[in-house]
Amino acid sequence: MSAVSTIETVTAPARDWRRTIRHVGLLVGGGVFGAIVLIAAFAPLLTPYDPYIQDIPNRLLPPVWQEAGVWAHPLGTDQLGRDYLSRLMHGARISLLIGVAAALLSGLIGTALGVAAGYFGGRVDMVVTAIVTVRLSLPVVLIALAVVGAIGGSLQVMIAVIGLLLWDRYAVVMRGATLQVRNLDYVTAARAAGCSTARIVLSEVLPNVLNPLIVVATLEMAHAILLEAALSFLGLGVQPPLPSWGLMIAEGKNYILFESWLIGIPGAALFALILAINLMGDGLRDVTAPEDRG
Amino acid sequence: MLAFGLRRLGVALFVAFAVSVISFGLLYMSGDLAIALAGDTPDYAQVDLIRKQYGLDRPLIVQYGDWLHGALGGDFGQSVYFKTPVKTMIAERLPVTMTLGLTSMLFALVLGLPLGVLAAIRPNSWIDRIALTFSVLGQALPSFWFALVLIVFLSLTWPLLPPSGTDSWENFVMPTIVLGYNATPAIMRLTRTGMLEVLGADYIRTARAKGLRPAKVLFKHALRNAVIPVVSLAAVQFGFMLGGSVVVETIFALHGTGFMAWEAIKNNDFPTVQAVIMVFALFYIVLTFLADILNAWLDPRIRIA
Repeated sequence: MSAVSTIETVTAPARDWRRTIRHVGLLVGGGVFGAIVLIAAFAPLLTPYDPYIQDIPNRLLPPVWQEAGVWAHPLGTDQLGRDYLSRLMHGARISLLIGVAAALLSGLIGTALGVAAGYFGGRVDMVVTAIVTVRLSLPVVLIALAVVGAIGGSLQVMIAVIGLLLWDRYAVVMRGATLQVRNLDYVTAARAAGCSTARIVLSEVLPNVLNPLIVVATLEMAHAILLEAALSFLGLGVQPPLPSWGLMIAEGKNYILFESWLIGIPGAALFALILAINLMGDGLRDVTAPEDRG
Repeated sequence: MLAFGLRRLGVALFVAFAVSVISFGLLYMSGDLAIALAGDTPDYAQVDLIRKQYGLDRPLIVQYGDWLHGALGGDFGQSVYFKTPVKTMIAERLPVTMTLGLTSMLFALVLGLPLGVLAAIRPNSWIDRIALTFSVLGQALPSFWFALVLIVFLSLTWPLLPPSGTDSWENFVMPTIVLGYNATPAIMRLTRTGMLEVLGADYIRTARAKGLRPAKVLFKHALRNAVIPVVSLAAVQFGFMLGGSVVVETIFALHGTGFMAWEAIKNNDFPTVQAVIMVFALFYIVLTFLADILNAWLDPRIRIA
């Protein structure tokens, strides 16, 4: 990043905007992510087939770039003859829904804990740190599998399980950010003016820790999507016939020898989505707080 | 140092206790365990019998106390599905998971440390860019999918390695790559950051100014200090690897604790699941405890804070 020589005259939003349009990773990541969001949002309109309708005579058609591929099914059909492109596009909805909802839930928990620890310090900080330590010692995949195994894998359960497990990074980052902010002049001023604690936290502290919060939320969304895919792949996540990408990979596993595109396509989609979100998150951090890059 | 160690030990014990409550309580989420254990078409007499047999008719706190008492002595009860003592199974399977964990950690360190150092010596050079690209791609790669891709290429297209089993060292190669690459980006990035910071320090300039060989400055003066935070990270990552072993061992049918846990979960085998969660958590707690003590010993500033 080139040094800005006229720091004094550039406002923060203008500076951030300039950094944004120069940041290749952020643009590419944001672009791909935006495209996937649009595809997911309009999947029912875009897809030529119902993702659940089986067509056994036309099962396991290869994608168009292979010899036997046909344009009627650009990405081929799966073991039950369902159009793979339609399933892939509908699968994006599951990934994004779970990713966003779980990131919101865990964001709420982690931010509440982190801000409380950072703002109040002392005993509150000790308790929160202990809770975070306990959470970090729990093997996430194992716990999530056990819970889904016990109570079933509906979308709501998946969101709740993932959301209740992945709040640790929010808590750690928000605690640090709040610690930096809590003794700044405007917080002291608000306190001197007699503002209530709730008011100070909500209108003085929170807006000023928003940047790191957004960055963590982005990266944790990717984390949640990966966890959902892994759980569904292991058979203890989203259940058939829903077209979760992890589940599609699991179902294609039996055809790994001759129809390896069955696992290749949803895997590549998952990889692209996670990469896009991570690039976006890293980019947002570079733009808003380049000194945190590590 | 002693005060720090004792305080840290207190935290570790508290965390272990909390984890034991959670891993015990977790399995009661499914509602009535006796019904779950009785199979698809249970009748009342059967459920009652199972409830008595497993002591599920006692108050929860008594059941927990009983379980904890056994667990402290290494006795996690009888496996419902495998029909053997959980203790025996864990003793059998844990070496496989530990071997996998160690080889994976070695893989991550062998790849991550040199890349991080090289990237820090020449920031923004091509090697730095390659290291960065590698870490960005690595963090986005879903490990279960990566495992299948490896199987397609290394077992099916070119039959170099066995796709599943636990019989020889060859069975560990692909699982090691999959589990190890996952931890590599974090180790690489932290090494790079640490090196960059240390290389700018005064004592490095002094070492250079007094004419020491660059290699000596780099390895004896810089790397030693830069690597301190990596020790903590490696401990944390090892704990994560144990958790990740569930996915990797299941895909490669590697008969370790992770694979066993997956089978146990699929078959409502709650004593086994509780035990594996507890054992994995304990490893994490002990490792992070040791890493903190080591760090405090290496860096006196930590002890006082």
